[in-house]
This record gives sequence, structure tokens and C-alpha cells, in this order.
Amino acid sequence: MALTRDQIAMRVAKEFKDGDYVNLGIGIPTLAANFVPEDISVMLQSENGLLGMGRYPYEDEIDADMINAGKETVTAITGASIFNSADSFAMIRGGHVDFTVLGAFEVDVEGNIASWMIPGKLIKGMGGAMDLVAGAKNIIVTMTHADKHGNSKLLQKCTLPLTGVNCITRIITDLAVMEVKDGAFYLTEHAPGVSIEEIKEKTAGKLIVPDNVTEMVL
Amino acid sequence: MSGFNKVVDNYWEAMDGLQDNMTVIAGGFGLCGIPEGLITQIKEMGTSGLTVVSNNCGVDGFGLGILLEDRQIKKMVSSYVGENALFEQQLLNGELEVELTPQGTLAEKMRAGGAGIPAFFTATGYGTPVGEGKEVREFDGRPYIMEESITGDFAIVKAWKADKYGNCIYRHTAQNFNPMAATAGKITVVEVEEIVEPGELEASQIHTPGIYVDRVIKGQFEKRIERQVLAKN
Repeated sequence: MALTRDQIAMRVAKEFKDGDYVNLGIGIPTLAANFVPEDISVMLQSENGLLGMGRYPYEDEIDADMINAGKETVTAITGASIFNSADSFAMIRGGHVDFTVLGAFEVDVEGNIASWMIPGKLIKGMGGAMDLVAGAKNIIVTMTHADKHGNSKLLQKCTLPLTGVNCITRIITDLAVMEVKDGAFYLTEHAPGVSIEEIKEKTAGKLIVPDNVTEMVL
Repeated sequence: MSGFNKVVDNYWEAMDGLQDNMTVIAGGFGLCGIPEGLITQIKEMGTSGLTVVSNNCGVDGFGLGILLEDRQIKKMVSSYVGENALFEQQLLNGELEVELTPQGTLAEKMRAGGAGIPAFFTATGYGTPVGEGKEVREFDGRPYIMEESITGDFAIVKAWKADKYGNCIYRHTAQNFNPMAATAGKITVVEVEEIVEPGELEASQIHTPGIYVDRVIKGQFEKRIERQVLAKN
């Protein structure tokens, strides 16, 4: 069975180590915050200028001056810091953020990612995505393996305008966990109940299946 | 010390000198930390052909979005421009030009502009549509693109408190692009919630030193929230 959005987020959260600074994109990546293991602490970076982002506010905590990068009302955890946008992106571009997790339309075997623009459709902008993929030490892409029509999103070469080049090293989908290296996707884990055959079928780019592929633990 | 008194009494004085076709740098992220009254004043003045540099362009009927109503903006330099139907319409009609700029690059363009640095190299945008036509240099084997900095004829900034000398502090995430914008205007106007006497703000806690600030005005703020999301019980 393909994983649900929550299950993908659960698997993402297993990547985090105690003491990591993490930036989570909108969508499945944001859900990962709900599944951080209780025995570790991570600090969430929100690129509008908040390190130590907390939960959404209760009614009596709403403050128009406290928002996250998705423009949603938010709170700060104890020990948080707040700073300007240039400092925020210095953290990102300077490689100080340990993990960035973001969604994508397409990823290819060279580690290129397309996530912000579909020609012919209205372009809203890249926000901070290009800075994040150019700057973070480890970038995890989360997405469904194929689109609604069954077309693979894991390609030999991206077809859409890129967000960044040679920057993606790890992909977690509803079917599998893969590393991107040496011009190929390396399968490391398959989702419970998902066959290697199905993953092969839905991966358009070059896929290497080593002998030691394990079943994903959630 | 009256030469350092930056306080002005009304919005006309605050935005005096703004003319058609000028470049205005505006602080704010979404609707958070935007100089609401200064934007309303620009609408009132009817200045047109403006290039506005700001992370976003407000929403329909609020923030920078109100400057679209009378087609006062010729060009926007932003990282994200969703949530605004009038914006989309004017963009598709060709009435409005937009230069999409990665968020960190936009912040750095303002910071560098204010610091007298004409351009810088960044990995952000290399190999993407943003990098097209820009100079590429390799440093330690990695390619970077050259981005030019930005300065404005005016910078409009929202701060929490300022003293009469223009020393400013910001509140929470309403800080965002405001401190960079403040450095990058030929004329920098700061709209604040409270004006205090010099000495009332702790000198070492000042975010924007008064040297960057030309005019300070006390504003009234609606502080509209774009996306109110509550914790689940």
C-alpha cells in the first residue's frame, strides 16, 4: 500500500537528529513536525525570520506580528529567536540549517529539482525555495512517486523550469526512500506492501536496486 | 539636537517628494509588518508608474494591493505574488510587469544596496530561469550567479517603536524585510506604533539606527491577519 501523507511525514521525521535545525516547506513537510520523536528536540526555522517555531496559537494567543513563512498565525517555543530576512537567509544560504524538507513537481537523477513553475499556468513565485535548495546541508524531497495521471515524477531529466541544480540527495515518496548519486536513483527502502516491481514501473529515471533494500519502518 | 528630530506630523509631509516613475522599497512579509498608512498615502497622492520592491504585493483591497486599483504600480520586484486576483489580472493583461526574485536574494539585494555594495555572487538561482543572462563565476568549484543590489528613491518601513532621532525597534516577525528596506532608501520613512523620547529605547537593542531614517510618523494600524490558523484542542 502506498503511504498516506501522514505516513510520509512520519518517515521524514525519522531522519532528524537531536539538536537539528530544520526548515519545513508547505504541505507534507510541515506535517513532519507532528512526528518528531519525543526523545529528541529539533528547532524549526521559518524563513520569514523565526528560529524555534512553535504550534499554532490558541484564540487568546493570536498576534498579527507572529506569523510563519506560510503567513499563518504561529507561536514561538521557549528559546526561540527572531531576526530579519537577511539574517534568516544568511542561515539558509550559509549552510547553517541542517535539514530542509520540501515538496517538488519533478526530481531527476542529477539531483535537479523543479518545484515552482509550470509553464502556461499562473506563476506565483519561488518564495524562498531557490535559496533553500542552494543552501541547506541536507535536502529531503517529499512527494508522491507519480502524479494523478500515473506519470512518474522521478525522471532522467526534469522537464519543468528548475528550482535548483545538483542539490537533491534524498527523496521520500509514498512508495520508497531513495538516494540520488552518480546519475541514478538508489533505492534504499520500499513502503510496506509495495513491491520493487511497482517502484521500478513508476520510476522513469535510472533506478538502481541494490541487494540490501529494506522495508520502511514507520 | 533638533537637527536629529525626524518626526513629521502628517502623511503628506511623510511622503513629500514622491514622484511618478520612482522606485519604492517596502518592508513587510505578506500583511505582517507593513507600513499601512504610508501605502494609503501613496494611493491618496495618485503617484503612478512606480516600481515597487517588496516580498509580496498585499491582497485585494489591503496593503500594496490597493495601489493596483488605480494602476499606480508599473513593476513589482517580489518573491511571491499569489493571493491577489487584481494582480493576476493586470499581469495577464500586460499592464503590470513582475520580476520574480528568490526571497533570500531579494533580502540581500536590499541589504547590499543599503551597504554600498553594487552586486554579489550567490548560488541561489544558478541553472534556473532566475540565472538566465546573469554572469556566472566559479568559486571553489561551485558556480554562482551575479545579482545586482537594489536601492530605492523611497523606502517605506513599519517599525514598532522609534525615538525622535529615528532609532527603531521591530516587534516579533513584523521585523522581516523592514530593517533592510530602511537602509536602502534615498529617503527612508518609518511608520511606527509609538514614538518615544531619545534614551527610552535601550541603545544596544536598536535594530535600525537613526542614521538610516529620514522621517518618522506615528501611524494607526489595522494589522489584518492573512491566515488565521488556531491550535487544535
